[in-house]
Amino acid sequence: MQVLWQIFTSFFKIGAFTIGGGYAMLPVMQRDLVDRLGWLDEQEFLETIAVTQSAPGAIAVNTAILIGKRMAGLPGVAAGALGVVLPSFIIILGIAIFFQNFLDWQPAIHFFAGVRPAVVALIAHVAWKMGRKLITGRFYLALFFAALAIIILVPGLHPVWIILSSGMATVFWTASHRQAAEEGE
Amino acid sequence: MLELFITFFKIGALTFGGGYAMIPLMEKEIVAQGWLTQAQFLDIVAIAEMTPGPIAINSATFIGYQHGGILGAAAATFGVVAPSIIIMVIFSHLLARLKASKYSIALKGVGVGVAAMIAAAVFGLIKPAITNFADLAIAVAALTLAITTKLSPIVIILGAGLAGVVLYGLVL
Repeated sequence: MQVLWQIFTSFFKIGAFTIGGGYAMLPVMQRDLVDRLGWLDEQEFLETIAVTQSAPGAIAVNTAILIGKRMAGLPGVAAGALGVVLPSFIIILGIAIFFQNFLDWQPAIHFFAGVRPAVVALIAHVAWKMGRKLITGRFYLALFFAALAIIILVPGLHPVWIILSSGMATVFWTASHRQAAEEGE
Repeated sequence: MLELFITFFKIGALTFGGGYAMIPLMEKEIVAQGWLTQAQFLDIVAIAEMTPGPIAINSATFIGYQHGGILGAAAATFGVVAPSIIIMVIFSHLLARLKASKYSIALKGVGVGVAAMIAAAVFGLIKPAITNFADLAIAVAALTLAITTKLSPIVIILGAGLAGVVLYGLVL
């Protein structure tokens, strides 16, 4: 029961502070799931992101479901999905019912204009922390820069291709290395 | 009500990549249903971008409410989430199988690929998010706080929002 409550509150927080969609959820998610609760390490965190953005649907929702399942089975799925959706649901209903001219309210516009650059900085910080933990050798460093170059040079490339090709490259590299080591012996 | 559920189920099942990738299909479905005009749709995207939470959920809740009240909002939101539940439960089994297999080393490379994707996203976000000195100051302050202190990202985000209210509203 306690773990269900933790799943719900964590993803409620993540839903409430994902401003701007997509990767904006990463800083809050990393702090809560990796640093505070210790449910995932850096490697598992990035694996999870890989899976959740390869599937259809909102990434934050997919992540809540995947982590909920992993921590507490189907009840965990319900707790995670409900947690991540409720903040949006409440805020948007509030705007739709009471506040149709929200877009003309200056302080709100300024608030979110201030949040945007900070979120970019926080995402950069997460990328740096993750990269440092994961890039443990020359092969992985080369893979990182190769993937980065491809993403920048091929706009509109679907993430799933980067995910599949970096996974396969690692399998081949490891296999050929093992073979080379065996032949050398 | 059922129509709201079905339309948003379709959107949830067919839009890959999350966030902005979902907008074109959503627009097609919703404008085609005659629920909103193009201009109203763009307003909703603007609201969804400015408020917390995934854009797909925000849009589903807003459009659902306008066409079916609170129940409509619930039907549309559940519709957009339901495909994720089905697909993610299947994916979590596949992930567990891959982890147990001799190819589990692939996941290490996948992690590095995702780190590269996040880094690339940062480069793409810098230009739209940082357009003047106030933006730059907020970004530098946020990064400095994140690196040197243990402050929660939530505190930094709230602080940046307040800085925005002060800098853009009162000073500039």
